[in-house]
Amino acid sequence: MKHTGARQLRSNYGALCGLPLGALALLVVAPAVLSDFRLSLLGRFVCYAIVAVGIGLAWGRGGMLTLGQGVFFGLGGYVMAFHLKLADAGPSGVPDFMLLYGSGHVPVWWEPFRSPVVTLLGVILVPSLVAFGLGIAIFRRRVRGAYFAILSQALAAAFAILLIGQQVNLGGFNGLNGFRSFFGFNLYDPVNKRMLFYIAAVTLLVMLATVWQLYRSRYGELLIAVRDQEERVRFLGYDPANVKLVAYVLAAAMAGIAGALFVPIVGIISPANVGVVPSIAFLIGVAIGGRATLFGPVLGAIAVAWAQTALSESFPSFWSYFQGALFVLVIAFLPGGLSSVSLSRGFWRRRQQSSARAGTAAVPPADSGSLLPPEPGLSGIRAGSETAQ
Amino acid sequence: MQALYSQLVAGISLGSILLLAALGLALTFGQMGVINMAHGEFIMAGSYTAFVTQRVIADAGISLLLAIPLGFLVGGLMGVLLEATLIRRMYHRPLDTLLVTWGVSLILQQAARDIFGAPNVDVRAPSWLSGSVNIGITQVPAARLFILMLAAAAVAGLSLVLKATPLGRRIRGVVQNRDLAETVGISTRSTDRLTFFIGSGLAGIAGVALTLLGSTGPTLGTSYIVDAFLVVVVGGIGQIKGSVIAAFGLGLLQATFEYSTTASIAKVMVFVVIVVFLQIRPQGIFSVRTRSLA
Repeated sequence: MKHTGARQLRSNYGALCGLPLGALALLVVAPAVLSDFRLSLLGRFVCYAIVAVGIGLAWGRGGMLTLGQGVFFGLGGYVMAFHLKLADAGPSGVPDFMLLYGSGHVPVWWEPFRSPVVTLLGVILVPSLVAFGLGIAIFRRRVRGAYFAILSQALAAAFAILLIGQQVNLGGFNGLNGFRSFFGFNLYDPVNKRMLFYIAAVTLLVMLATVWQLYRSRYGELLIAVRDQEERVRFLGYDPANVKLVAYVLAAAMAGIAGALFVPIVGIISPANVGVVPSIAFLIGVAIGGRATLFGPVLGAIAVAWAQTALSESFPSFWSYFQGALFVLVIAFLPGGLSSVSLSRGFWRRRQQSSARAGTAAVPPADSGSLLPPEPGLSGIRAGSETAQ
Repeated sequence: MQALYSQLVAGISLGSILLLAALGLALTFGQMGVINMAHGEFIMAGSYTAFVTQRVIADAGISLLLAIPLGFLVGGLMGVLLEATLIRRMYHRPLDTLLVTWGVSLILQQAARDIFGAPNVDVRAPSWLSGSVNIGITQVPAARLFILMLAAAAVAGLSLVLKATPLGRRIRGVVQNRDLAETVGISTRSTDRLTFFIGSGLAGIAGVALTLLGSTGPTLGTSYIVDAFLVVVVGGIGQIKGSVIAAFGLGLLQATFEYSTTASIAKVMVFVVIVVFLQIRPQGIFSVRTRSLA
């Protein structure tokens, strides 16, 4: 991806202004304006936004359509929930639901999470390691595009089924809930709830700053190059598998951290938060905001989550239609998202050209991932950026 | 020994269901590289077609036999509609097609919920399918045997169409090299549309068959779509035999693992086996070789 100098500079200024603005909005304005209830709601949306930052990295910049971020969200969430459950357990040291359903003793693999340090490490390491294992297996063998998307979705399906099947050890369909404290802080205290919001907001800002630096780095350029022309990157001497693996693992770690924050803020983690449907729902906000932009995924994720809360309370049936229509309209007609409307105009121009069979010079999009012969036409974002030169 | 046979039968039965669900998907995915997430909802539409048919014609046997072509028609027409309105515009963005069709599937699910209600509905099986058949070594429910035969008929019919008709020749041509096919005068547009009609129609038939095994609800499609896609991934695209082997392979694997562990652990183990299998054959069991760099 060849950014022109001016474009690069503009996006840098955007981030330089955007990050403090975001910090101001999240850390000063929101706590001052919103009630405790609304703030806790916003905290939940911030968790989704953290997942969205990761998806923007893996999908928007890396071209990996990951339909299984719910798995990593769930891994982080369940690790955190293990610790909270064990900490709440009382003198017997056995969480309440295990006494209710189970044999009354704690499984061995729960034990390490009694320690807060292990838990905090686990929140990041468990999702990262799973993503690393799967990613190394998939990317090294050049399984990509649609195949990767399907495998990631199958992972989400398998993970949710596994959780539901483990009634005794993982709470089954109901998941883990009823947490009373968070590292010693009482979760029923409004002050501590506010503190959780601040933690989530600061985490989001740190993630954004990290990703911003990544996008500016050589690695960021390389990632986009892999998205657009994986074979050419290989011929240049890089291993695209490693480039993709880093982005995928980072996205997984972010989803894990988001899940871990989600647990104390919302008070529950269950298979309904991690399966196929929630995993794919993470994507729509990213798509609306602009998958390859820095702030687009965050704004999109928060907007969609807010709309869902507002609409599905009063019109549950309408929300399903609305969500479906969002997927159709945004992806089909506005692939660059709202924050890049000018880019999508370029997309339309390019599309008209290629349908008029003028786009013969076009190269196959690297993210097609199919075994089909090259076809004229470009992915929307790439077409947009090329027009911008 | 008896247990082994019953596992074998369970696996083959599961395989035939997977095959019916995945056959149309393999066709459309192989043809256009398009991932149609709404395929599951076409299956659901087939099931509801069977339900409506039975409301009109009370006799369970006649309505079932009538529902099979009707389901094919309903699924196929929905597929053509989807192809003509959305998918046609997005051939150069296969990954985005996945998300768009997911949106369509959300809309279709909610539509089914609004039309037929959220609770599941049941289709009565005809009396000649309610018993079980003794095939020498073990008892097989007649409904499952019927589905196996239906899957075999669908495979045979599809192979016949692909091997022996002008349309089939065009489809194979387009799968192997789209540009070249177009160059020699094949209308890839109309071929794509007909392929989508057949593929989606097969989903409708799968839906009719599934009513014999359980009740029908708005989320019926979602429970089969992931497995159906896994069959396509393992089987490879472009050839039916890949899907057949993959469907029965995965069905037998699932049944075997379920026998030794639980259904949920078996699901995870099957997934791990698939990832390991893709280490050996990343493009599935069979694939059409092209000279493109994909």
